[in-house]
Parts: sequence; structure tokens; C-alpha cells
Amino acid sequence: MNPTEVMEPAKTDVEKKYKVIGTRPIRHDGVDKVTGRAVYGADVQLPGMLHGKVLRSPHAHANIKSINTAKAEALYGVKAVMTAADFPDAGSRTANLGELGEVPLKPMCDNVMASDKAVYHGHAVAAVAATSPHIAEEALKLIEVDYEVLPPVMDVLKAMDEDSPLVHEDLYTDELGEKSSKPSNVASHTRHVKGDLSQGFAAADHVLEREYRCATVHQGYIEPHAATAMWNPDGYLTMWVTTQGAFTVRTSVHQILDIPVSKLKVIPTEIGGGFGGKIPVYGEPVAAVLSRKARRPVKVVMDRTEVFLATGPTSGSYVKLKMGVTNEGRITAAETMLAYEAGGYPGSIVALGGICMFAPYNIDNTTIDMYDVVVNKPKTAAYRAPGAPNSEFAVECMLDEFCQILDMDPMEIRLKNGAKEGDIQSHGIPHPRIGCLETTEAARDCEHYQTPLEGPNRGRGVASGYWVNAGLTSSVTARLNGDGTVTLQEGSTDIGGTRTSIAMQLAEVLGIPVEDVVPSVVDTDSVGYTEVTGGSRVTFATGWAAYNAGQAIKSQLIEQAAEIWKVDEDQVSLADGVITTTNGDSRSMTIKELAADLSQKGIDVGSRETVTPQNHGGAYATHVVDVEVDPDTGKVTILRYTAVQDAGRAIHPSYVEGQMQGGVVQGIGWALNEEYFYNKDGLLMNASFLDYRMPTSLDLPMIETIIVEVPNPGHPYGVRGVGEVPIVPPQAAISNAIARAVGVRLGDLPMSPQTVVKALSAKS
Amino acid sequence: MQAFDYVAPKSLSEAVSLLEQKGERARVLSGGTDLIVQVRENRRDVDLIVDGKKVAELMELSFDSQSGLTLGACVPCVRFYEDAQISQLYPGLNDAALLIGGTQIQNRASFGGNLCNSSPAADSIPALIAHSAVCLIAGSGGTHTVAVEDFCTGPGRNVLGPKELLVSFHVPPPPKHFGAHYLRFIPRNEMDIAVVGCGASLEMESDLRTVKKARVSLGAVAPTPLLVAEAAAALEGRELDDSAIENAAAAARAAARPITDMRGTEEYRVHLAGVLTRRALETSLERAKED
Repeated sequence: MNPTEVMEPAKTDVEKKYKVIGTRPIRHDGVDKVTGRAVYGADVQLPGMLHGKVLRSPHAHANIKSINTAKAEALYGVKAVMTAADFPDAGSRTANLGELGEVPLKPMCDNVMASDKAVYHGHAVAAVAATSPHIAEEALKLIEVDYEVLPPVMDVLKAMDEDSPLVHEDLYTDELGEKSSKPSNVASHTRHVKGDLSQGFAAADHVLEREYRCATVHQGYIEPHAATAMWNPDGYLTMWVTTQGAFTVRTSVHQILDIPVSKLKVIPTEIGGGFGGKIPVYGEPVAAVLSRKARRPVKVVMDRTEVFLATGPTSGSYVKLKMGVTNEGRITAAETMLAYEAGGYPGSIVALGGICMFAPYNIDNTTIDMYDVVVNKPKTAAYRAPGAPNSEFAVECMLDEFCQILDMDPMEIRLKNGAKEGDIQSHGIPHPRIGCLETTEAARDCEHYQTPLEGPNRGRGVASGYWVNAGLTSSVTARLNGDGTVTLQEGSTDIGGTRTSIAMQLAEVLGIPVEDVVPSVVDTDSVGYTEVTGGSRVTFATGWAAYNAGQAIKSQLIEQAAEIWKVDEDQVSLADGVITTTNGDSRSMTIKELAADLSQKGIDVGSRETVTPQNHGGAYATHVVDVEVDPDTGKVTILRYTAVQDAGRAIHPSYVEGQMQGGVVQGIGWALNEEYFYNKDGLLMNASFLDYRMPTSLDLPMIETIIVEVPNPGHPYGVRGVGEVPIVPPQAAISNAIARAVGVRLGDLPMSPQTVVKALSAKS
Repeated sequence: MQAFDYVAPKSLSEAVSLLEQKGERARVLSGGTDLIVQVRENRRDVDLIVDGKKVAELMELSFDSQSGLTLGACVPCVRFYEDAQISQLYPGLNDAALLIGGTQIQNRASFGGNLCNSSPAADSIPALIAHSAVCLIAGSGGTHTVAVEDFCTGPGRNVLGPKELLVSFHVPPPPKHFGAHYLRFIPRNEMDIAVVGCGASLEMESDLRTVKKARVSLGAVAPTPLLVAEAAAALEGRELDDSAIENAAAAARAAARPITDMRGTEEYRVHLAGVLTRRALETSLERAKED
């Protein structure tokens, strides 16, 4: 069985033939990474560097009445101690987080370090810089914090109750555009309406109404957060950070510390995963303030417990869904209420949950109510297709239930209702060219789905998923070297092999081997503004900037060759790394020859490019999973898994497959075992990889992948983002497989062994 | 983390005298897979770490057909399961040695360290109990013995005095028609702590149907690992059929008094105690038949 199978290119794209795109070169950063030479966040070492440690709230919810740091300051080896009082007053200023929008600054500052109240277990309240990490830890024990402990609210629905404890006394609901008169944990309520629900339900032959819940889960990136700051006495601040966006860190730190961006340089280190969780800042402003106070460089590195306690999980959620279908399997109406935990401060990603929820289907009548709700948990951050798995899980489970009622094949109901170009989405925007139907058809026709599953307690589940993807601003700087290679500087930190997938697009334009492009991720002083590595946008947008740079270099080379040969530029062409005349006199030279000549003459060839592409195009996936359930213990074993996905154009198919497999693995963890486990006092009890159970390699079969290519007309090579959508289908696919294996439908995640046993015993 | 001293004594008497000097501020190091983590994470304060791995008695692994197995407290799991003879004679202990951590951990972790850490969920303890292992303990007043099932007194607590150390385990030679098994339930397939663990052993009559002697032990269902005498009573002298096994499983469920925590609910753990008892007995029987 071949685990990987690339579909024939779609008919719309038959004219294109590529030399570099679609191949699988070795990544430029590979040797450094496998030999351990690559410098990650915690590897940064500077002369005289101090170690920062953060004191964290032992309570889920408490007013901070006073903090006494005198004893810690007096400990030998301690060079600086800080609290939130060391930050400039946030006032009513706001911060722009790019993909995450404009947010008030005060909550962002308070999340970095609590000023008046701690709103989750592990919330930072003070920090120490000392000559060793052990001294810094000992000093933390000497800081005296006087807390007034308050009752916590941990559940999204309880937080919405009228009489719930308030996480913030001054938070008022933005209720469909109006401010509420009473403070509440509901930060906002928004709504999308399309068509007429009552008509839609009247046309239905079958109506189901169900509730679905997702536990709070963490991104689980392998590298903990780490930041090193050196604040020079001249006022210039340099930071080394493991981040998804060096420019976003620069903006955030500039705003929190109220210093000019021109005095702040952020150097991104290698990054060991982010999945959205390395967009917000945590230790970065803390390291900066400690460095300013100590007048020495300070490194702040989290341990795994701190990562779980205080950095972005994604929203736990409650979803209520009512859908109607006809006897023929046509969906006539869908009504839903989404309530997402924002964590300790407003700003969950519920809006994207709403936008994505029904996007795989064309439904005439939909109403979506979305609630952003604060609870005493860490402030949520983006996590791979943020918001989408929670809401789409509900739709995909319910469709499977309809399939059983109607005795209809799960692929058939998805094809019957599948979205296509021009269909109006639930938020009023028409779909561009999408690959929803093509993806589902490929899943239906794949060998896995066509092979019957046999054996007791076994079941096969199907689910689809959609993710909106992002465009946003990206920049590169490219320069031709005298040896004919191209140096490519880029602002996108490389999480998924994007140095190479970006370089391949430039190499394709010039017709040179990708090994002749030398990509590097550079600091905020050395390349144009670039948004975060997120939204599955880097190969799409930064790749486009590299494409433009390639085109600019190509025309400069043609111009220079025309000059040398004394012919018109339109009589010169460049292909496969060779420049030739097209007027019949058969002159030619390689890029390498021309580059050497130009270098001798002191002529610079290169380009700076910045793009903000709009038509990023959404991504679709359909997954098939076979499971076996142990009815005695409730344990679910994944027997076989196939992920099918529209990549638009797979620039580097291995990286596309890797993204698909990685997304599936995280989805399986989310489905089966991962959850934040809080005790009755709101304290997180499983802040470790031992008890926060992500799947290991021993829990997984080889994830089979099938790449479908329906080129995105919004990109020169047809690229669609691929990184996020594969985390959307697994939860429902597994729930549906369990339902077909042992006859119990589970709508609450995780579907841990004990919940399976409980459901089985309730059934019998 | 505070600085601490480290000493590796060469003899048992030297080790005992170090413990005498430092009392509760000293801690014996075996593989260190629990202790080092606890110290690093500020969960345990120590002034002195006494490494037992240079003491001959603590590193002894030997078998004698009359006296049985001598298993030094600091012998790592890998030495146990790589010994072809011993690992075959004590299949329940072998199961546990292979389950504890991954290969790197098994190169360090020991039965003795696992017992002295006294976690209710420790994988090796129910296996030791199933095999009727006895602890040899040394202190300034000489040595004495304690059955493994009487060793733990609560989570992280045990009968060792502040100036005492565990020297070795002594396990009787397996009788004829003997089989044993340890298994645990974890939600993943590796890298996890037992939600419930169960060790069982069976000595069968020569008909290979009637139970002569049985032992059933449970982990992670009480403050200490349990020897479930009622389960043995439900089996001994009877034919090992489905109903006998179900009676033993019911006894295990009745003996379990777990808590609800992030690893499992009380209700689920009671249920698992029954499931695992059944499975441990079935495998023990298969092994007894092969014996």
C-alpha cells in the first residue's frame, strides 16, 4: 500500500509544467537541525547574561492586594525584580495583532503580568533576574503576595449565568452592536443570518437538535517559550525570540513598553512549533524590563508546566446545533449557538468558528449566534484553524447521524450538499473557486474507503473540514550573487519547511535549482514588514513575494543581457537558468556567466518585494478513519487513517503531507485524550506531558495522505494554505467511527476511555 | 533548587552511617528517575544524596533454586529483563520491568526505587506482591524483613525509618504449575502512569484446572498498592472457570477504594479493577499451563 498518492493535476491547470515546483528537495535548514546546530530560543547565550524566572499565581481568581519584593531583591545573586508596576500605564491604548485584529492594550499588559488581579492559575505576578536560574527560583519563594481569593468560574455556560462570579467587574457585553448595562462574563454576542430558518425547518423531513462540547486543549509545541532581551543604556533594545512573528513581537513589545519601534530589533531564533500559540507575547516584555533594570542581558525560558499554565490553550466550547434534512439528504436549515471560552481576557476565536462551521455545505437557511465568554483559564491563543474544529465537529457528527437515519453513504450526503464556487456562505460572502467536491470525491474513491472494514467493535468514520486561510503582508529581499546563486532574506519564521517552499517559487521563475537559492530568516531591521507565520499563509503569501522577486531579477537579467548583446529586451528570454536571444542569432549565456560578469562590473541585481494578497482561497479536507473499541476498557485504537486535502498546488509535496499528518495527529489527541483538567478550586492538575495526554508515535498508525490539486486562481502557482485544515475533521471522524463500531454517539470531547465505558454502560 | 551533597558509599555499613548522620535530610539514590525530578522541580528538599549503586548488596541479582531470587534494590530494570533465566522464572516482575518507562528509563530505574518512592500507581509493586516478595531492610540496629504488601503506608510514605534503607528483595522460587502477570491500563500505549494496575499469580494443581494458591494485587485504587485476599479466597481450591474469575473480579472491585483525579474517575477505576483482575488471571493461567 502506497501511503502517498498525488492526484493528477486538475484540468484547469494542464498547460503548466514545472521544473522545481512539485519536487521534494532536501530542506535548506535540514543539516543544522539534524546535527543540533540550529539555535532555538533557549540556546541564546550572551556575555553577562542573567536568568529570569516568573512568579505565578497559585489561585485561579484573586485580587492582588500587595506584593513585597524586598527579600527577593536582597538575595545574593539577584540583579532585578519586577512587577506589573514596572510597565507604563496602558491607559486606553490599543494594540494591533494582525490576524487577531485590534485589541485593547490593558488586558494584553495584564496578561503578561497581572496588575490588580490574577485571573487564572499560573498568571504571572512578578519576575526575578539572577545570575543563575536556581537563584532566581529561590528568590521567587521570597516574594510575598497578599491575595484576596475569589470564587473562580471555569465553565463557559456557567460563566454566562446572570449570577456567575465576574472575571472582570468592568466588562460589558457587546450585544449585537449595543453595550449592555450590566457587567457580564460575555464579552460579545454576534450573529450571522442567511435565509429563513422557519421555512427551512418546515421543508425538512428530519430534524435533530444536539449539544457538543470541546475541552480546553493546548497546542503542545515541543519548544517552550523563550526570550532574551538586551536593553542597552542608549535606549536600544534587542530581543532574541522564538516566535511565529518577529514583527508582531516588535509591535507588542513596543506598545506594552511604550518605546519607539525604531529602538527595538527582534531577532527570530529557530522555532520548535507554534501552531498559533507563539503569536502572543509572554516573557518578552518581562525579559526587556528585567534587562533595563539590571543593565544586563536577561533570558526568560519557560518550563513545560509554565507553558501549560500560562500560554495559549484554545477555547473550550459549547455548541448547540439544530439541523433539518429532507428524505433525499438535502440540508434545509441549520441553527446554532456557539459559546467559546476566551480565557481570562476577552478575545476567543468564536468568529472564525462561525464563519467556517457550514462552509463545506451549501445551506439556504442558517442562523449562527456567537458568544465570546471569559472564564478563569489562561487567555486563549490561536491553535491551528482556530475556532473551526469546535464548531465543525458538531456539523460533521450530526450529518453522520442523519446518514444512519436515512441509510445514506456519508460521502453521498457530503457530495449532495457540497459547496462550490459562487455559493453564498453563511456570512454572506460567495465562495471563490474551491475544491470541496473534488476532495470529497477523491476520498470516496480512495482505496481505503473502497475496502470494507471487518471485525467486531470496529467502525469507520468520515468527516470533512474547512479552513478559511489567510493572506496578509509578507516581504522578501533577494540578491543575485556573483556565482549565480540568489540570497533570499525573508521575514517569515520557518516552522514547516517554508524556507524551502518559498525558495522553490523563486527558483521556478529563474529555472535554477532550489539549491542555488540561499534562504534565511532575518530580523526586523533587515527585511520589510511581514505578518505572522499563521493562517497557513507563508507558502502562499511569502512565496508570492519570492515569485515577484524572481520576476524582478529575471527582467533585470534580460535587461542586462540585452545591453551586452546590443539587442532589444524583447529579443532576449530566460528559461532553465539560461539567457538566450530569440532573434535567431543563437547567442546565449547562463545566469552564472552573466552574474559573474555583472558582479565584476559592480552592477547589483536584486529586489525588495512586499505583497498583501487577498485571494488566499479556503482549504478543504475529507478524512476516513477506522477504529476498534475495547468495550471493557473503552480504549479506542486507530487502525487506519486517510487524509484527503486540496492543496491548490503542492509546492513541496512532502511538506504538504507532513502538515496533513501533523494536523491529523493533533486532531486525534484532541478527540481521544487531551483536556485541561481543573480541580474544584480552578487549579490546573495536569500541566505536564505525562498527564496532558498527547498521542505518541506508538498510538498512531501511519497517516495516509492524498493530495488533491484544484489550483487557487488567486496565486501565480495556484497555492492554497495547507497547514491548518487537517486538524478539523479528525474529532468528528473518530466520533462517527466509534458510533458505527459500538453504537454510542459521543458529542463531548475528549472521548477518553472512561467516557466511552460510561456511554456503553448507559446504553446497556 | 538548593545545592546538595552527593556521596557514593562503597559498602552497606558506610551507606547506613551516612544516613545516620543526615537522617531525614538524606535520600538514597537508585536510578534517580523519580528523585532527581523531584529535587529539580522543588518537590523535595535534600542536603545529601546517597548513591546506592556502588554497594554490592544493592546491585546483586541472583537466583538459587532453594532460596529463590535476590534482587538488589538498585538493580535497573534492564538487568532483570535481559537475564534470560530470571526473567522467565518471574514473569510478573518481567512484565513490570518492561512496562516502566521507555528503554532509557529502564536502563536506570529499579524495583527498589519504585517501591521506596511509594506511589500508589507504581508498576512494580503489584507485581512484587503477586510474587510474594519480601524486603530486606538495613539500619543501624541491623537488618529486618517486611513483606512488600506491608511496606507502603500512604502516597509517598512507607515503613522505612529515616536512618534505614532497602537492601534487596527476596522472592521465593516459583513452584510447579505457576504463572503470574502484571498489566496496567493507560489511555495511551506508552509514556503514561497506570490508571489501575493489577498483578496476579496462580499456582495450579497438577490438573491445571484447580487453583492451589492465588494472589491478586491492585495498584492506583487506594492510598497504597493492595493485596486483595478476598480475590485469592474466591479462587483457591476451586476450578478456574468464568464464574470463579468473575468472583475474583468482584472481590477486586469491592476492595478498590480509589479517588477521582486527572487520571480517572473513582467509578472508572473500580470498573477497571475488575477488568484487569480478569485479564491478569487469564494470562497467569496460560503461563501456568506452559510452565
